Amino acid sequence: MKKLLIGNEAVAWGLYNGGIGLVSSYPGTPSTEITEFLAKHDDIHSEWAPNEKVATEVAFGASMAGMRSACAMKHVGLNVAADPLFTMSYTGITAGMVICVADDPAMHSSQNEQDSRHYAIAAKVPMLEPSDSAEAYEFAKSAFALSEEYDTPVLFRMCTRIAHSQCVVDVGERENVPMKDYVKQPSKYIMMPGYAKLKHPIVEARTEKLKELAENCVYNRVELADNDEFGIITSGCSYLYVKEIFGDSVSVLKIGMPNPLPEKLIRDFAAKVKKLYVIEELDPVLENHIRALGIEVKGKELFSAIGEFSQKTIREALQSDGIAIPEIPEAQGEAPAVPGRPPMMCSGCPHRGMYYTLVKNHITVIGDIGCYTLGAVAPLNALDSTLCMGASVSGIHGFNAARGAETEKKTVAVIGDSTFMHSGMTGLVNIAYNATNSTVIILDNSITGMTGHQQNPTTGYNIKGDPAAKVDLEALCRALGINRVRVVDPYDLKACEEAVLEELAAEEPSVIISRRPCVLLKYVKPKTPLTVDRDKCHACRKCMKMGCPSISFKDGKAQIDRTLCVGCGVCEQLCAFGAIGGNKDERCQ
Amino acid sequence: MNNRTQQAAAQMRDNCELRESKMEKTTSVMIVGVGGQGSLLASRLLGTLLTDEGYDVKVSEVHGMSQRGGSVVTYVRFGDKVYSPIVTEGECDYIISFEKLEAARYAGCLRKGGKIIVNTQQIDPMPVITGAAEYPENVLEDLKAKGFDIDDFDALGPAMEAGSAKSVNIVLMGHFAACTEIPKEKWIEALKKVINPKFLDMNLIAFEKGFSA
Repeated sequence: MKKLLIGNEAVAWGLYNGGIGLVSSYPGTPSTEITEFLAKHDDIHSEWAPNEKVATEVAFGASMAGMRSACAMKHVGLNVAADPLFTMSYTGITAGMVICVADDPAMHSSQNEQDSRHYAIAAKVPMLEPSDSAEAYEFAKSAFALSEEYDTPVLFRMCTRIAHSQCVVDVGERENVPMKDYVKQPSKYIMMPGYAKLKHPIVEARTEKLKELAENCVYNRVELADNDEFGIITSGCSYLYVKEIFGDSVSVLKIGMPNPLPEKLIRDFAAKVKKLYVIEELDPVLENHIRALGIEVKGKELFSAIGEFSQKTIREALQSDGIAIPEIPEAQGEAPAVPGRPPMMCSGCPHRGMYYTLVKNHITVIGDIGCYTLGAVAPLNALDSTLCMGASVSGIHGFNAARGAETEKKTVAVIGDSTFMHSGMTGLVNIAYNATNSTVIILDNSITGMTGHQQNPTTGYNIKGDPAAKVDLEALCRALGINRVRVVDPYDLKACEEAVLEELAAEEPSVIISRRPCVLLKYVKPKTPLTVDRDKCHACRKCMKMGCPSISFKDGKAQIDRTLCVGCGVCEQLCAFGAIGGNKDERCQ
Repeated sequence: MNNRTQQAAAQMRDNCELRESKMEKTTSVMIVGVGGQGSLLASRLLGTLLTDEGYDVKVSEVHGMSQRGGSVVTYVRFGDKVYSPIVTEGECDYIISFEKLEAARYAGCLRKGGKIIVNTQQIDPMPVITGAAEYPENVLEDLKAKGFDIDDFDALGPAMEAGSAKSVNIVLMGHFAACTEIPKEKWIEALKKVINPKFLDMNLIAFEKGFSA
């Protein structure tokens, strides 16, 4: 059946038809849809785990029990899951296991641009890397067999362009894969020194066998052209850009298995062309391997290690090196310089009221990862730092331990509900245990927001939308050792300010739960948009200070865009002249 | 396994040679706008339609942070064989813009002789709202003066008439449909496939309004 699929849906179909029985993941752009599409199948177990380490260990447990399993995460998620990964390389698997990891070159939605291929090399496990949805489907489907044949988890690398680009895929039928038996095997699965020492040589021998596979497999292929002036070794979406420029008029060695890499295949290809280029996004992984073989090649000197490529960047780089380009597009004209349009928090976003309160009171804010990271942009400029998942809660403790009472009274950490579940809890235990007078604000919008509304352990629903055990955040924080726990509605500016000032003044650590569901949730019904009474508006611009996209200035007065406003009423509380309002009766409906 | 790949590659080359004489050039469309305006649904509609029409299609979408009110761009490319999922400078045949400023932002991607369809709606970006920058006056007129082929019209009004500002995406796609050679009934078939049945009637009205605008 031919379908137009984004890369992530193609991976999901590949894994499904390849006989997957369990998927456990934590959402993260650009990987999220792999798990969302798998969750549509009721004949497999699917779940959102609290973080990537848990997800990977769940998949490992299922594999050990004899069921084909997978997990999916973004590149930085693999940092969290690295601990089980490195030792699973030693234990191997029982039923096939695939770890999908999606890199984000150009950082469309990420805090760094790390290249996951290094993990495959460091953990000594095979990695597959498709170029489009059709390959993503085929590679994913075959990955379980690869995993089982070589007794290893398989890393499956995607990147934003492939994950979120659609192309036509011929989707076949699901393979019926029976569970494997579970047999107790201490020397395989108990990685204490005595057994692990026996395993390491097996891992090294496995890599040698995988190198043989790399010489002759469906993942790596040579496309020879009549032209021997130059040849290109490439992988991932760079392959597509190369083909876009040259079609079939250039010889290409396409690498679909970036670890381990072949030697003979590369030597033979290099010998067939007079000049060799290696085109790969991010780090020079293929290039370093080729150079180590003693082969002359041009790579990062022409093609940047920073950001994404396109047919344009590759065309220009090759042209600068004297390569003739078949066809150069001619533009109608140059684009004029226009103001930027950075992403921002939505109209009615519940985070805005709390951020306004923090900014108004000149509070230092140790931030975290989620929609609320957008509090960093103008005009709020509310954040002082954003590092990684959970780092706000651990970070504020170190910050306050370093500066003591000077900062304890004017610093908060902000973290979302899902991020708190992911890795904020351990930091909070540390605050209580090692006693800094830190204030943590949990921005509880009752969903995992930025990645597109996934359920988490605080929402009361599971991945299928079915009712599930719901973590009681207040009780949890108390159980972790925090005595002062209070809840505020971030739409109520007065209550927010009271809570923040009182908890900062308190002589012990505290947690404020700023609770209001995301306005984009289906069950949250927008209220009637507010209006500005132009006669009452004094043009003081106070309402503009919280950065609501619905409010702008026209003809010297504030105005509210009725197509965007959801009637949250925060701006109404800011206006000292009563100029902002609307039909209150209507809004209460 | 390698043999199979070689056979497949040889087969592909043969196919290419066969097709070379009648090879159709890849057409590139960019759908640009502001996160939240519904460009994803517009690109799904176009992708579904073109796949049904038998083209090789690639669509590149935007997910994640940039969707939050930021400038968003979706690429749709179709032809006999499409490789790259993205469109760069001078390669775009049609830019469909949901907002004036965004049309200008991506105008450099338009190929010589290409066309920009643009909704005359103005949505101020945050630097304009905060006063750090000004929304350029006469942004479309300036593009026209530079020789750009601009088809500008108000898509928000018809969308409101159809029942919701949210159907502005379908009004625009209806207007684009009138520029293509693909029969209208094929567009409507594709609409029925991608739109939630609850909102289909409203969107069919929106499509008609755009088509005849």
